[in-house]
Amino acid sequence: MHNIAFVLLRRIRSPLIVLICVYAIAILGFVLIPGMDDEGQPWKMDFFHAFYFVSFMGSTIGFGEIPYPFTDGQRMWATVTIYGSVVSWLYAIGSLLAVVQDPAFRTLNRQNSFRRSISRINSPFYLICGYGETSSLLISALTEAGIRSVVIDADQYKLNTLELEDYPIPVPGLCADVSLPEILILGGLKQKNCIGCVALTDRDPINLKVALTSKLLNPSIKVIARTETQDAELNIASFGTDEIINPFTTFAGRLALAIHSPSMFVLFEWMTGVPHEPLCQPIYPPRGTWILCGYGRFGKAVHERLASEGVSATIIEEKPELTEAPKGTVVGRGTEASTLLEADICNAVGIVAGTDDDSNNLSIIMTARELNPHLFMVARKNHRANASIFQAAQTNLTMQRGSVIAHKIFALITTPLLAEFLRLAITHNNAWAESIIERVSAIADDEAPQIWTVNINNEDAPALVDALSRNQRPRLKQLYAHPKNRDETLPIFTLLLKRNNDEMLLPDGDTPLKAGDQILLCGQHDIRNQMEWVLKNHNVYHYIHTGEVLAQGWLWRKFMTSKSDQKS
Amino acid sequence: MNLEKVVFAFFILLALTLNFGFFLGDIDVPHHHSVYELFAAIVVSLIATVLKFGDRTHLGALLLATSLVADLQLIMAAVVWAFAEHITGSGMTPAVMAIIVSLSGGALLANITSVVLLVAETLTVRS
Repeated sequence: MHNIAFVLLRRIRSPLIVLICVYAIAILGFVLIPGMDDEGQPWKMDFFHAFYFVSFMGSTIGFGEIPYPFTDGQRMWATVTIYGSVVSWLYAIGSLLAVVQDPAFRTLNRQNSFRRSISRINSPFYLICGYGETSSLLISALTEAGIRSVVIDADQYKLNTLELEDYPIPVPGLCADVSLPEILILGGLKQKNCIGCVALTDRDPINLKVALTSKLLNPSIKVIARTETQDAELNIASFGTDEIINPFTTFAGRLALAIHSPSMFVLFEWMTGVPHEPLCQPIYPPRGTWILCGYGRFGKAVHERLASEGVSATIIEEKPELTEAPKGTVVGRGTEASTLLEADICNAVGIVAGTDDDSNNLSIIMTARELNPHLFMVARKNHRANASIFQAAQTNLTMQRGSVIAHKIFALITTPLLAEFLRLAITHNNAWAESIIERVSAIADDEAPQIWTVNINNEDAPALVDALSRNQRPRLKQLYAHPKNRDETLPIFTLLLKRNNDEMLLPDGDTPLKAGDQILLCGQHDIRNQMEWVLKNHNVYHYIHTGEVLAQGWLWRKFMTSKSDQKS
Repeated sequence: MNLEKVVFAFFILLALTLNFGFFLGDIDVPHHHSVYELFAAIVVSLIATVLKFGDRTHLGALLLATSLVADLQLIMAAVVWAFAEHITGSGMTPAVMAIIVSLSGGALLANITSVVLLVAETLTVRS
């Protein structure tokens, strides 16, 4: 704040001095030049009247000659000083405006207001470096979940789009170079309520620098970084970055998952859904040979994953030498019929339009459909803005990289235990995933289910901990009981129970709970609040455990216990 | 030699000398104290203040503070003068003159501090 005042003062120094000098000369002139009073007697203006006259002369010219009409000498001096004072005023105001308009001054001003708005945030927030499709999806998911975020990006144009987005909670944004540590500090990196830093710029060296700076300056926060090469991934992992996401392999992995084990894919999509997102429908991709259009970074990763799963694919690539495509690659874009026919489209079961150009991908889909209407069509969507035409193209599956990455980061941020669940889930087969999908669809309506973690400790579940200390042996299914009627069950089930280092996938309802357990629950949206009653309210817990409503007041409780004593 | 330093020191010293010139004389004798000298002291003091703007050092802040004190005292003296001459209609009495001169005496102290700080800075920073 004080920086601005100093810069402003320094810049307006010379106009102020000019103004003071012009005023002093004008006043002195009026005092020295002889005048005449109304009776024709010689009279000299004093400093008081001279100051008064000069003050209004500069700004309003036209109050008249006071206190007596001027002599010609005075009029001449007034003429000269009018020009002097008006010009010096213009100069002063002009330089003041120039300072305010100055790019350096405005940057300073923006940084100051950014700093102020961050220091005013008093709930936990995430610092997000780089604003693009992924970040904007992530931010809207975070705001939906009530978590604040702060954005820094080097491109003012992208920040303008941030301002145009209508987030329910304000998201402060600054245009600055995130590779500078002081910019990250400005973004609240060292602030107590900063809980994480997400490096999502599209350049690996910058993400590396951001991750490194965050880990050094604030080791307690969670750092998530995006990398494009394996080299950078190893480098970033070396200093303890919590999560590293390679958008190409993550996205390719998810796409390959969709092709070889569709139920697992649907499970992943549902589990990492953002609040109020509609559930995607189960897909049934056929078995057989696929056609893969585009062999760039993304195509390579898809091909690798498909090959490891034993799915054969024919590659179509425009520049096979440049991308080091394997033998048997069909040369071409895939947008024209001849190339697709050369790739034997009539005998293929599906096609993946995976180039980095949305128009080409759509063109591939349209051409392929004409040649073989029974194809299973997967399209890669690069820009969210093209969503409507992809929808109109009626592909079997449309995937967007930014959305996959944003969902993954959102899940990692909000429920760390979910990452462990997904890691365990991937080791199971497609049929296992299908059984879980059935359980989820039984409880969820059309929206993505909510996934949350409950820790059996004094903070999260005081009533349960209290019961444990009295050897009451609470069981997992008691969490699902309705707080008003314990015979009713809430639409909830447990995905994972973590006890010390043991992980129980889909534990049974009769599993006894222990202090220190971490439970990953999956349920309908907003059902979480109902479930918290049994964790936090002793009376509700007592009712669910025993079936009797406990008296709440001290007097009534005494009365009831003495009555039950008499009975026994 | 640095022209900026010359101008800076010139105005600070001139503010002190003009102030001293006005202060000199019997405290309650109006014709010992020239109104022109007070006017010049105010103008030079204002210029000296503006010259000190924007210095972010601790000493710079101190110099600016002393200047602001001097301005305040001198402008108060001028206001008292204008009040006595034009508003109350009592004219210049020895009592009013004493008030004006003592106010300018306060400004003089502030100006002396300014010069002492300036000299101290010059001695510590080798040129």
